[in-house]
Amino acid sequence: MTIEVKLPTLLRVHADGEATVFAEGSTVGEAFDDLTKRFPGLAGSLIGDDGALHKFVNVYKDDDDIRYLEGLDTKLVDGDVISILPAVAGG
Amino acid sequence: MDEQGHPGFASPTLRLTAEQHDLVVAHCFDGLPDEACGLLAGPITPELEPTGEVHRVYPCVNADASARTYTVDSRDLLRAMRDAEANGIDLIGVWHSHTHTDAYPSDTDVRQAMEPGWIYVLVSLKHAEPVLRAYRIREGEVAEADVEVS
Repeated sequence: MTIEVKLPTLLRVHADGEATVFAEGSTVGEAFDDLTKRFPGLAGSLIGDDGALHKFVNVYKDDDDIRYLEGLDTKLVDGDVISILPAVAGG
Repeated sequence: MDEQGHPGFASPTLRLTAEQHDLVVAHCFDGLPDEACGLLAGPITPELEPTGEVHRVYPCVNADASARTYTVDSRDLLRAMRDAEANGIDLIGVWHSHTHTDAYPSDTDVRQAMEPGWIYVLVSLKHAEPVLRAYRIREGEVAEADVEVS
């Protein structure tokens, strides 16, 4: 299925400057695999060395943080929108 | 470095209306004793550079609820991102308060600055009069940006 993915500004440079890209996959992890095949520059920003979601990004499926769903195994259906958000923090 | 010793990246002038400026500062006072934070949205160029104009100001929840650190609540961030997109603009920066220190990025601010294109606004409440200043932060380097309030 085709999923719409919204990118924050810092990741757009790795995706030809696009704010919205499309990915195929039945889970968030599969959609990210598909995205990083086409946009290899995104790889290190989405998934950490440990294979888990990078700690500096928050990923929402529609209105829900996937950390409170099933993480990268969260299932997707046609029409779902994934939003990738940078962690905005400081001291 | 340029001849003044500043890191070599230009920053647009941040242009706030008096109303936007006052909203940012008021949200910082409202957050006391904790740090307060929020997001700015405006136009960006095809090169993903903000023009410096601000069309929307989004006061956000500090998810850390702390006087020493801030994290923009990710739901507020999502809402702001959607509202900006619906209005044909983009998030261009973030502001937060320093309750007892100057309006300059702390080491933590520099370390955690993720968006090279963003304008990072600091509001110091250390003195009787609040002080608002703006910066670019890239790869550990800090460059001050001019601020115009009109």
